[in-house]
Amino acid sequence: MSTEMLMVLALAVPTIGAFGIALTGSNPNLRETVTLVTAGILLVIVGSIVPEVLAGGRPQVTLVEMIPGISLMLEVEPLGMIFAGVAALLWPVNSLYSIGYMRGNHEKKQTRFYICFAVAIASAIGIAFSGNLVTLFVFYEILTVSTYPLVTHKGTEDAMKAGRVYLGILISTSVGLLLLGIIWTYVLTGSVDFQQGGILAGHVEGPLVGVLLALFMFGIGKAAIMPVHRWLPAAMVAPTPVSALLHAVAVVKAGVFSVVKVVVYVFGLDFLAMQSGTGWLVYASGFTVLAGSIVALRILMTRGNLKRMLAYSTVSQLSYVVLAAAMFVPMAAAGAALHIVAHAFGKITLFFAAGSIYTAAHKTEISQLRGIGRRMPWTMGAFAVGALSMIGLPPAGGFISKWYMMLGAFESQHMLVLAILVASTLLNAAYFVPIIYMAFFQAEEAQAPAYVGGGGDDHGAHDHGEAPWPIVVALTITAGLTVLLFFFPGVPLALAKALVGGAP
Amino acid sequence: MIEHLPVLLVAVPLIAAPLAALLNRPTLSWLVAVAASFWALFAAGGLLAQVQGGRVLRYDMGSWAPPIGIEYRIDAVSAFVAFIVAAIGAVAVLYARRSVEREVERDRIPLFYAAWILSLTGLLGISVTGDVFNVFVFLEISSLSAYALIAMGQDRRALVSSFQYLIMGSVGATFIVIGIGLMYAMTGTLNMVDLAERLPAVMDQRTIPVAFAFLAVGFSLKLALFPLHLWLPNAYTYAPSAVTAFIAATATKVAVYMMLRFFFTVFGAAFAFDRMQVDLVFMPLALVAIFSMSLVAIFQVNVKRMLAYSSVAQIGYMILGVSMASVTGLTAAIVHMFNHALMKGALFMAIGAVFYRIGSVHIEAMQGLGRKMPWTMASFVLAGLSLIGVPTTVGFISKWYLISGALELGWWPVAVLVLITSLMAVVYIWKVVEAAYFKDFAGEDDTIQEAPLGLLLPTWALIVANFYFGIDATFTSGVAGQAARMLLGGTP
Repeated sequence: MSTEMLMVLALAVPTIGAFGIALTGSNPNLRETVTLVTAGILLVIVGSIVPEVLAGGRPQVTLVEMIPGISLMLEVEPLGMIFAGVAALLWPVNSLYSIGYMRGNHEKKQTRFYICFAVAIASAIGIAFSGNLVTLFVFYEILTVSTYPLVTHKGTEDAMKAGRVYLGILISTSVGLLLLGIIWTYVLTGSVDFQQGGILAGHVEGPLVGVLLALFMFGIGKAAIMPVHRWLPAAMVAPTPVSALLHAVAVVKAGVFSVVKVVVYVFGLDFLAMQSGTGWLVYASGFTVLAGSIVALRILMTRGNLKRMLAYSTVSQLSYVVLAAAMFVPMAAAGAALHIVAHAFGKITLFFAAGSIYTAAHKTEISQLRGIGRRMPWTMGAFAVGALSMIGLPPAGGFISKWYMMLGAFESQHMLVLAILVASTLLNAAYFVPIIYMAFFQAEEAQAPAYVGGGGDDHGAHDHGEAPWPIVVALTITAGLTVLLFFFPGVPLALAKALVGGAP
Repeated sequence: MIEHLPVLLVAVPLIAAPLAALLNRPTLSWLVAVAASFWALFAAGGLLAQVQGGRVLRYDMGSWAPPIGIEYRIDAVSAFVAFIVAAIGAVAVLYARRSVEREVERDRIPLFYAAWILSLTGLLGISVTGDVFNVFVFLEISSLSAYALIAMGQDRRALVSSFQYLIMGSVGATFIVIGIGLMYAMTGTLNMVDLAERLPAVMDQRTIPVAFAFLAVGFSLKLALFPLHLWLPNAYTYAPSAVTAFIAATATKVAVYMMLRFFFTVFGAAFAFDRMQVDLVFMPLALVAIFSMSLVAIFQVNVKRMLAYSSVAQIGYMILGVSMASVTGLTAAIVHMFNHALMKGALFMAIGAVFYRIGSVHIEAMQGLGRKMPWTMASFVLAGLSLIGVPTTVGFISKWYLISGALELGWWPVAVLVLITSLMAVVYIWKVVEAAYFKDFAGEDDTIQEAPLGLLLPTWALIVANFYFGIDATFTSGVAGQAARMLLGGTP
């Protein structure tokens, strides 16, 4: 089968899967089988595109001409390959987890949940493989719309409110800023294509470059650079599998992926490095890195909501990617691409653990986690691995990406970035290590009133063990992936280097 | 027969109208209307196919050569507009059957269809004629029948709104005929091509600018340019649902076409924009229309009225495109005529289907309808996405051209305003979505079902078109681009 055909199939398979899920909605076992099979097929398809891209191929397909001169088209390049690979690899694992979680918590409207999930994955693949800005924008918007029902899944007043924040910020930034940036680029250059080295050089100069860059950076609201990050904590009302795959991987990575893609293929690293009005991005993303961590630390100090803390940690980690891209040197850009992978594996593990705790013990607050490591050793063990990756310590994948970012900072003499990275590492340690300590080394409170009423009556201080097996299996796999990435970073590393044009 | 298509396009419906009245049976009259509408669609499609590649069709009425006889001239612009009118007319007439049964008294139905066909005739006639007085005649045919159609609404306020429209519409028509008269006095011809040739010689006289001014005001009234839009919200709100869908999707577009025809073909872009600087008047008005009417729409509780205000805002987009007087801007205006017809047609049809079942179009009455009428509400949401301008819908194509046009000229604030108003559309469409999907059904009648297929199928036909022409817009934007270049090139 030709690679072009495979690319179209990668889009088509999850879409067809969504229909299959809709048709089999009345039979949950069959429905879940459809999800798992679809996810498996997608993984095989995406996996079989990798060799050609590694060999330097850039397969292209034009889907349809939209208006004269602008087509919806797909093109696979290393960065897109990385993103699509991560999404395709984690979808089957997440589906397994979802089945355990959704059934374990007796969630309603599961068919709608799985349909929207499949559509969201299809659009994430579409973003990863998009061959020009318009295609990217189309799938970006579909992703926003298809994840809305997932965010508001619970249907409560709180969920609706969060849903409004989610849609409000994502739609208004993308329509108000990103679209404007895209059309401006088109008017300036007559093109919307992604090209190695960028398309803007020679068409615009001076401070205007900074303005255009700002339209893109804040327009891509999914990258959650402050102050357009608020949708992400709001989205935490969703069921945990959604937070795990979408708000740690697919949606937010679509954001930072688009950021790196625009920086590398629309502006071009060299072009940006030469312009004067573009330095602000380092400060904006650096600020977000630190501020996100500080908020997360505050949530820890007040023993707040665990998922909320993880959300702010995500805000901070996403800006690592932007910060790395903002140095405008190849080494750091490779680090940015790697961090997309490393953070995905680590953060999905952390969310899986949070959901596992909720399913088994019905606990959501950090204060309730004392001693839970003894009841749920697998879950908290995986949590510890994920936390290591966030901090950036060996033997977790987060170390590799941080390593390349630091190399990039040295190479480009960005001492400020270096300082930010070090400070953020300390902050990450400050809010993750206490949780691990609480879970394993503190005694469980016997009858804490906090969760007698909080977690549902029958789940008060009851005896619970690990979560259902699909959940445990899923989080063990992702924790394993996090460690494996440290020891065998081969494929992602090769792709990341190919992105910036270096020999693998 | 092919060479007679230009006249048959108009003549067949013109004959069908009295036939529908004479047959005097609701079903038979409806069938006549269907036949006439589909004939018009076939003929307009044939004309559009013939003018591809810049050809211009000319047809001398009764073989009388102009300037004695009336000439029909069909180029890319006219054929495109005629096609829009005929296509929406054909879909709307299919929709009309069930909707009209419910909303119009039975013994008036034959007359209703007679008026309907006349209105269609008038709109088609305006788009193909090459004679300025003939434009006026067809304008009156379409307007008078539209007043009658609106007055047949169930609500008694329909009479008042029809009367309001009658007064304002007649004022507009009078302004137009005064303008035409002044031009005739100066040049001695009513043929557009002749006018375009003779006007430059007399341009220095004050009469021509005055004629231009009269025409500009007349058109603005007819196309409901802010602040001359006051007739529109009431007329759209109280007219029968099918009429609203038909008129909202076609009448104002044809008025925009008339304006393009006069400004660009008869007077020429140089006179209209360099000498009279009509853009200096139109651009601010268009911007105010876009912004203020979107804002007003947010606060409406009657969904039909909300959509009516949104229409005034959308007309602002078209006029904004015209006022750019560039190829991209005009392309935006022309392609948006088509696109807006699709989206507003679909929205008004969806809301008409809601009215068919629950007898109300208030947001509160629509609570929980997402479950009771899933297909109707889904079509409303999808058409709403198109109105907002979500990619893969036609609305996105319009926005793309409009914003490119603004940025080409360096009109930054305009581009930003267009984007902001798209977000305002999100707000007012969202109000309906939230009521329909996230509130529980509040009505007493628990037996409410999905709308009948007779209403759903036409609505969904438009929804499909909204997405088809949003994903592959090469046809629409290609024709619109060709039309724009032709208008700016000055070749009549």
